[in-house]
Amino acid sequence: MSRIKDLQKNLFGGTTSNARQFGMIFALAAVVLFFEIKTGGLTLTSRNLIAVVSQYSYILILAIGMLMVIVAGHIDLSVGSVAAFVGIIVAKAMQEWNLPWWLAILLGLGVGALVGAWQGFWVAYIGVPAFIVTLAGMLLFRGGNQYIGNADSVPVPKAFREIGAGYLPEVGPSSIPYNNLTLLLGLAACLAVAYREYRARQTRVAMGAEPTPVWVSLIRLAVMLGVIIFATLRFAGGPRGTSFPVSGIILTVLVIAYAFFTRNTAGGRYIYAVGGNARAAELSGVRLKRVNFFVMMNMSVLAALAGMIFVARSAASGPQDGLSWELDAIAAVFIGGAAVSGGLGTISGSIVGGLVMALLSNGLQLTGTGSDMVQIIKGLFLLAAVAFDVYNKSQGRFSIIGSLSKPFRRESTGGPSATSGTGQEAAKTPVAG
Amino acid sequence: MTSSAPVLLEMRSITKEFPGVKALADVNLVVRSGEIHAICGENGAGKSTLMKVLSGVYPYGSYSGDIIYQGSESRFPDIRSSEHAGIVIIHQELALVPGMSITENLFLGNEPKKFGAIDWQAANKKAYELMALVGLKEDPDTLIKDIGVGKQQLVEIAKAFAKDVKLLILDEPTAALNENDSRHLLDLLRGFKDRGITSIMISHKLNEIEAIADTITILRDGRTIESLDVKDDGVNEDRIVRGMVGRDLNSRFPDHTPNIGEVFFEVRNWTVRHPISADRLVCKNSSFNVRRGEIVGFAGLMGAGRTELAMSIFGRSYGTWLSGHIFKDGQEIELKSVASAIKHGLAYVSEDRKAIGLNLLDDIKTSMVAAKLSKISRNGVLDQVKEHTYAETYRQSLRVKTPTVDEGVTKLSGGNQQKVVLAKWMFTDPDLLILDEPTRGIDVGAKYEIYGIIQKLAEQGKGVIVISSELPELIGLCDRIYTVFEGTITGDVARRDANPELLMKQMTSTKKMPTP
Repeated sequence: MSRIKDLQKNLFGGTTSNARQFGMIFALAAVVLFFEIKTGGLTLTSRNLIAVVSQYSYILILAIGMLMVIVAGHIDLSVGSVAAFVGIIVAKAMQEWNLPWWLAILLGLGVGALVGAWQGFWVAYIGVPAFIVTLAGMLLFRGGNQYIGNADSVPVPKAFREIGAGYLPEVGPSSIPYNNLTLLLGLAACLAVAYREYRARQTRVAMGAEPTPVWVSLIRLAVMLGVIIFATLRFAGGPRGTSFPVSGIILTVLVIAYAFFTRNTAGGRYIYAVGGNARAAELSGVRLKRVNFFVMMNMSVLAALAGMIFVARSAASGPQDGLSWELDAIAAVFIGGAAVSGGLGTISGSIVGGLVMALLSNGLQLTGTGSDMVQIIKGLFLLAAVAFDVYNKSQGRFSIIGSLSKPFRRESTGGPSATSGTGQEAAKTPVAG
Repeated sequence: MTSSAPVLLEMRSITKEFPGVKALADVNLVVRSGEIHAICGENGAGKSTLMKVLSGVYPYGSYSGDIIYQGSESRFPDIRSSEHAGIVIIHQELALVPGMSITENLFLGNEPKKFGAIDWQAANKKAYELMALVGLKEDPDTLIKDIGVGKQQLVEIAKAFAKDVKLLILDEPTAALNENDSRHLLDLLRGFKDRGITSIMISHKLNEIEAIADTITILRDGRTIESLDVKDDGVNEDRIVRGMVGRDLNSRFPDHTPNIGEVFFEVRNWTVRHPISADRLVCKNSSFNVRRGEIVGFAGLMGAGRTELAMSIFGRSYGTWLSGHIFKDGQEIELKSVASAIKHGLAYVSEDRKAIGLNLLDDIKTSMVAAKLSKISRNGVLDQVKEHTYAETYRQSLRVKTPTVDEGVTKLSGGNQQKVVLAKWMFTDPDLLILDEPTRGIDVGAKYEIYGIIQKLAEQGKGVIVISSELPELIGLCDRIYTVFEGTITGDVARRDANPELLMKQMTSTKKMPTP
C-alpha cells in the first residue's frame, strides 16, 4: 500500500496536483486498451496514430492556451471563430496577393495577436467578464470569416499545406523501413527524458529533500522510455511518405515551451496567483491587468495557429471551420484537472485530458459509431470524469482531477474590510480549533 | 446560581477522528440552563470541531459519544434538525448574503409566507422587532454589504432569534469587532442570559471571557482539561492561560529593548477619497512618521480609516488618491503601484489573511516567495532550489509548525498561516512593515511568537507599523501610538503616556489633543 502511495506521489514529480493526473493517465491507457481490443488492433497502428496526431493537434494547441485562460480565472469561447477568421484571412492573402507561405503564417499570427489584444483590452482594462467578451468575439469573428470569404471556401497553395498535412521528410539511408528523422527525434526524446529525470533527482538532493526512491525513478523512466520507443517505431514505420506529422512537432514544441513557462518562470506563476486569489496577487505586486491581457492575447495567437494548421490540413478555408472547437478545448482542460474557478491545472494534465478525448472519438469512429453517439458518449464521459473526481474529493479520498470545485473561492467586495468566508472552508480544515 | 440550574446540554465522551488525526478524544461538556459557557483552547484544540458535532455539521454516526439535550439523547443528522431543536451556531465567518437586505437575510430559508408568496410586510415588521432585540438601528432594507462588520454580527444574532433559539453558540464573536462593538455584544449576551437563553462562546479574548462567562471549559489537544466555575474558582486570565497551554505564561510580551533611530519614513497631508462614493474622504489630511527601529501603533475604532490609510499608502491599493506626500530617507517618493511600493521597501500584511493575504491554493514555499519572485529567478526563470532554501530558512527561524514547506497553506493553523504571511513580506527585505491586525484570531502562544518576530524586525532597524483593535496589545508592543478617528490622525502618544482611557478618548474625538 505504502509503495503504491510512494509511486503516486513520485511518479509525476511529487506534487499533489501532479498526483491527480495519475488517474487520468490510467484512464488514457484504459481507453487505448479498450479500443485496441474492440477494433482488433486498429487503434495502435501506425496509420491510425499518425491520423490521430494530425487530426487533433490543433485542439491540443488550443487546450494549451485555454489552460492558461482557465487558470487565470477566465474562459474563451471565441477560439473556434478566431481560428476561422485568421484562416480565411491567410487563405485570401495567399490567393489574392500571392503572399509566400511563410509571410502568410506571420500575417496570421499577427492577426491573432491583434484579435487577442482586442479581447484582452476589454477583459483586462475595462473589466468586462471574459465570458461576455469572447461570446461577442465568437459572433464577431465568425461573421468576419463569412464576410471576408463570402461564406465560401478558399483553397490554399501546396507549400502552405505542409504545416497541417506535412510529415518529416525522408532523408539518409533507406535500408530500413523506418523514417530516419522520426527515429532521431525519438532518440532525442529518450535522452531528454533521461536527462530530466537525472536533473530532477539532483534538484531534490540540492533542496535537502529526501530524493525519490531509486526504484521509483527507474520505473518511471522505464515506462516513459517504453512509451516513447513504442511511439517512435509506430510513427517512423508508417506507409512510405508519412511519418511524424509537422503539426505534431509544432504541438510538441509548444507543449514543452508552455509547460516550462507555466511551471518554471515568474510570469507563469503570476497566472496561477491571479487565478488563485486576484486581490492577494495584486497586493503582492502582480500587475493584474497585464497578466489578464497576456492570457487572453496568447489564447488568440494560439487559436490563430490552430486555425492555420486546420486550413493547411483541409487544403482550404471554409465558413464552418473551427465550429465548437472551444468546447473540445475547454473539455480537455477540465478533464485534465483544472478548476472551474481558476488557480489550478497544468499543461500536461490538459494534454492528457485532450488525448483521452481524442482517442475516445477516434476509437468510436473506428468502431463505426455514428457522430450522434460519439457526441453523447463524449458528453457523458466529461461529466463522469469530473463527477467521479468531485465525489472522491467529497469522500476525502485520492482525487483524480484537480479540485474542480474550489470551495473557498470568494468574491472580493473590493474594500479592505471585505466580508469573507464560507462555512465550507472550515469544513476543509477539520482540525481548526 | 448557575451551578444549581438544570443541565441543558451534556456531551459525553465525544470522540471524532479525521483521517490521520484525532480531533476530539473523549471530550465532556456540561452546559447548564441560562448560563454563559465559554470554551477556551489554543487553535487546533478542537473547539470548533466540538461545536460542529453539536450542531450536526458532523452528523450523528460520524463521531462517537452521546449528546443529551433537554433531557433526551439527540442524534442530529444535519444542521437543520439541530436548529429545529433550538441550537443555533454563529460561525466566525458570517453566513450572510452581501447583496441582500437585512430583512432578506434575516428570513433567508425561513420566509414568512402568505398564500405561498413571501409576505414582505410581515417580514419587515418582524425584522424591526428582531433588530430591536439586538439593539440594531438600521433601515431593514439596507444591504448587508453597506453595514459594518459589527452590525453584520448583530444581524446574524437577530437571525438566530428568528429561529427561536434556545442555545446560542458563538464562534469567536468579537474577533472582527472593535472595542465598542465588542462591549455592545457582550452586554447583549448578558441580556439574553437574563431572558433565560443559554450561550456557548468560543473566544480567544480572555478578558472578555473573564468578564462574561459563568463557566469555562478548557480544551487542549482535543481533550477536556478542566471545567471552571468563574465565581467559585476565582478564575482570572492567567489561570485560563495556564489551562490552555499547560504552563504559566510569565509575560504576554517578550523582552525587548528599543533602539530607535532617526525618522526615515514620513507621510504628510494624506487625503484619499472613497473608491465609490465621491463625496466621502477615507483619509483626511493625515500626517505621521516612523523612525528606524520603531514600532508604531495605529489605534482606532473599526471604520476609522486605519486600513484605508495603510492600503492607500501601499501603492494606492485603496480609494482614489487626492493629495499628500510620502518621504523616505528625506526623499519624496511616489508609490503609484504595489510593485513600486515593494521596490521602495514597503510591505503590507493585510488584516484579512484568507481573503486578500494568501492564495489558499498555494503551498507554503510558493506563498513565502510570492511577493518578490525576482529574488529567486534569473531572466524570469525560477530557481526552485533557491525557493526551497529560502522557505526552509523562514520555516525554521519563524518556527512554522509544518513537516515540510511543500504543504498547502490551508493545512496550517491561523497562527502559522500568519507566520507564512510575515515570512512572505520579510522575504521582500522591507524597510517599513505595515502589519494590519497581525494577531487577529490567533491563540495566546502564537501571539507571543508574533510579538517576538515584530520586535526582532525592529531590532534589525526596520520600522514597523502595527494596526490593532486591541489596545492592550498596542500599549504592550508599541513605542509610540497614533490614534485615528474618521480618517484623521487625532493623537500621537508615547509609550510611557499610553493608557486605554487616554487612547479611547482620542480615538473618539476629532479634536486634536495636545501631546502630554
